[in-house]
Amino acid sequence: MIKEDKMELKKTSLNEVHKKLGGKLVDFAGWELPIQFEGIKAEHLAVRERAGLFDVSHMGEITIDGLEALKFVDYLVANNASVMNDSQVMYTFMCNEKGGVVDDLLVYKYTNEKILLVVNASNIEKDYRWIEEKSKNFDVVTKNISDDVSQIAIQGPKAQEILQKITGIDLNEIKFFTFNSKVLLSGIECLVSRTGYTGEDGFEIYLDNDKAAFIVEELLNVGGEDLSPIGLGARDTLRFEAGLPLYGNELRDDVTPLESGLGFFVKLEAGDFIGKDILVAQKKEGLKRRTAGFKLIGKGIARGGYKAFADGKEIGVVTTGYQLPGQKESIGIALIDIEYAKIGKNLQIEIRNKLVDAEVISKKFLEKKYKK
Amino acid sequence: MEKLLYSKNHEWIKKEGNIALIGITDHAQKSLGEIVYVELPEVDDEFEVEEAFGVIESVKAASDSYMPVSGKIIEINEALEDSPTLLNEDPYGTWIIKIELSDEGELESLLDLAAYNELCEEDN
Repeated sequence: MIKEDKMELKKTSLNEVHKKLGGKLVDFAGWELPIQFEGIKAEHLAVRERAGLFDVSHMGEITIDGLEALKFVDYLVANNASVMNDSQVMYTFMCNEKGGVVDDLLVYKYTNEKILLVVNASNIEKDYRWIEEKSKNFDVVTKNISDDVSQIAIQGPKAQEILQKITGIDLNEIKFFTFNSKVLLSGIECLVSRTGYTGEDGFEIYLDNDKAAFIVEELLNVGGEDLSPIGLGARDTLRFEAGLPLYGNELRDDVTPLESGLGFFVKLEAGDFIGKDILVAQKKEGLKRRTAGFKLIGKGIARGGYKAFADGKEIGVVTTGYQLPGQKESIGIALIDIEYAKIGKNLQIEIRNKLVDAEVISKKFLEKKYKK
Repeated sequence: MEKLLYSKNHEWIKKEGNIALIGITDHAQKSLGEIVYVELPEVDDEFEVEEAFGVIESVKAASDSYMPVSGKIIEINEALEDSPTLLNEDPYGTWIIKIELSDEGELESLLDLAAYNELCEEDN
């Protein structure tokens, strides 16, 4: 794709902070964001061993208000929203009529009449159009508040200890996948949830744009050497190692969540939702393809987009592949014909016109450390 | 380091008789970040100027390495197979390939240190 004009990149409210911290800034989905600070390996390990601070303000926030807010969201997403408690967070998908994934998202339920959806940066406009269109028969008001909200994540074994230093609320009260929308952090009211995208215990903080830089500086001050700023590079290696999917890689609008191996987040026994018929049929008939983890036996690194082969035929494609910081093996996730998506199966990955042997392994590359 | 010559693609070359050692510059290793894998050519492979002779992979991406001059591979640095980060740690002390030069005249089109430094400054 050739861009006629160089688009002006959007800047988060932390842009100046990134520059001050020595971030290497790049274009990410139209946003100027740091790919790394100290280096991907150092940042990846900092989050696993201590704690990391992420600017995720590019993510989108869409509010659903009205008498039928919960009913609408339950119809919109593939997980069962109707059973959510107030102050609970749920991970789920919006599916299209073909069962493909419009986006993966977090649902924050304040009450039956007030819900916040957090969506991927690159999908904000598409998602909002989709949500608006689907909401027409419901008594709800939808609003895209993405430009008004900053989002910071603090993740890692020391995340709670650090965040606790700037709040009077006992953070133990915020359980895994719940939130409190009125937490005072250094006197600033924020929404704080115990969620994240690294496989570590940690929090996501939502607040007004004009306060974000102040809170980041507060956190870096109290965190000291235990808290490192983290760029998009390590964010991706961390989520991949934790077996968490990424939209555009494992999740796509022509791949169903069942095929992505994420059936746990789909509740087919619940009420009606968009795409349900297709998913029910797919489950009944059996999947034809599914994502699987693999490790290379031969040399090289299998990158996203490389083709997978077995028994002399093409069987699918790598969705993400890395040699992770601190590890010797090259591992990946591939979307492949179901008969090969079993642990122990032999595959080959085509790396620059050469077929390299690989073996299917569990996608759980890392034991998660969520505090439940 | 005065004896080294440099390519626009950030390889260095050191001539020793009709043999030359080729590696990547400090600027290149810094831009790549931590190197996790190096794909080397085979001994006796022959390459033309600007032809990709190997691939250097960082955590995020794979980057081709290009021949600064034409030649035949006479030796590859096998230590890189187990320790690719040598290129990060000591880029000028770590050669990737040794080649037999096909045309020494091609060296004249390469950059000296001053010209290469200028190129890196423009990059930055």
